[in-house]
Amino acid sequence: MANATIHVDVVSAEAAIFSDEAEFVVLPGEAGELGIYPRHAPLITRIKPGAVRILKAGGEEELIFVAGGILEVQPKVITVLADTAIRGHDLDEAKANEAIKKAEEARRNAKDKQEIAVVEGELAMLAAQLAAIRKLRKK
Amino acid sequence: MPGTKEIRVKIKSVQNTRKITKAMEMVAASKMRKAQERMRHARPYGEKIRNVAAHISHANPEYRHPFLVHRDSVKRVGLIVITTDKGLCGALNTNLLRMVLSQYKVWQAEGEELDVCCIGNKGFSFMQRVGANIVSHAIQIGDRPQMDKLIGTIKVMLDGYTNDRFDRLLIGYTRFLNTMKQEPVLEQLLPLAGERLGAPETVWDYLYEPEAKAVLDQVMTRYIEAIIFQAVAENMASEQSSRMVAMKAASDNARDLIDELTLIYNKNRQAGITKELSEIVGGAAAV
Repeated sequence: MANATIHVDVVSAEAAIFSDEAEFVVLPGEAGELGIYPRHAPLITRIKPGAVRILKAGGEEELIFVAGGILEVQPKVITVLADTAIRGHDLDEAKANEAIKKAEEARRNAKDKQEIAVVEGELAMLAAQLAAIRKLRKK
Repeated sequence: MPGTKEIRVKIKSVQNTRKITKAMEMVAASKMRKAQERMRHARPYGEKIRNVAAHISHANPEYRHPFLVHRDSVKRVGLIVITTDKGLCGALNTNLLRMVLSQYKVWQAEGEELDVCCIGNKGFSFMQRVGANIVSHAIQIGDRPQMDKLIGTIKVMLDGYTNDRFDRLLIGYTRFLNTMKQEPVLEQLLPLAGERLGAPETVWDYLYEPEAKAVLDQVMTRYIEAIIFQAVAENMASEQSSRMVAMKAASDNARDLIDELTLIYNKNRQAGITKELSEIVGGAAAV
């Protein structure tokens, strides 16, 4: 008799990476390496960056690198929600701070641009007045 | 003949314009296929994470995640506007920004303040001109949506919500219906409506590692990020389709214009020949 299998999905926000029947899955859980066989109890855990090793139904092995994410084990399906980028609280924080800094910079630039636009508008008005005066003089 | 040369130059310039619009049409067509594929690729993740989020929030009624809690008073609104980076894609951005602007005026009239997050250059410069308070932005995101470039931008908005800076978060983007049709939508992202999350068919008790709260926090954040990512992917598909259609219309118009101008040119030329002939005949008769 063939070994029991369970459906495994590995998906990331950018693509579906793997979807097949498997006999055994190994992944780097937050609390340590996890090995999951079919009929595992329902489980949710965060996973660390590392390799997910999937033993497919037939004996082939598949290695997928994930940059962290979430593992969900349901009675009939295992889902790995992989992050596409390396994530971490501090990293995310740094990125957010960078975004804020960029926004502030843009706001300052916008002010400069606005001032330039005002000056340009005044210049254009003066030029138009000058042209009108010249026209009047010619007549 | 006055005018003949001018018409010829005009025809030439329209022909050149047509070459460009035709090329852009073809580029957009091939990019559209890829963008649509990417949009479809992003779907399973969104579906799966929605499922997980629904499961956990049902299994843990005692812990209400801040994203799920409805707030009574709304003083400040957060808004994520997703537009394209480049123009020449029909009325795509205009339609969305018009909708956003009219909503903006409603909020202003009601005394609600607005924090804006702009993804895409067009919306960014528009919101700047309007004088909205832009707290974060992501521009030049390219043809392929990348989570990496959006994380910081999104996090500013999500933090704004969890830290009570604003009490509602909306997202505006162009939904892709099909190649010919895209519609601008303005949806509420946070607080998350129960219907959007849906209810799981069966509920079972999970083992959590570490505790439920930490996992739920991460799942919720990823879920919202997935929605935004999906919206960006959809907006890109809409952009390419809309550009293709707009450029096709432009090429067609250019062709019509060339036909019309050629007709005028030929008539003009013929009139010139006739005139010259009659002058010669007239001259010969005089001799």
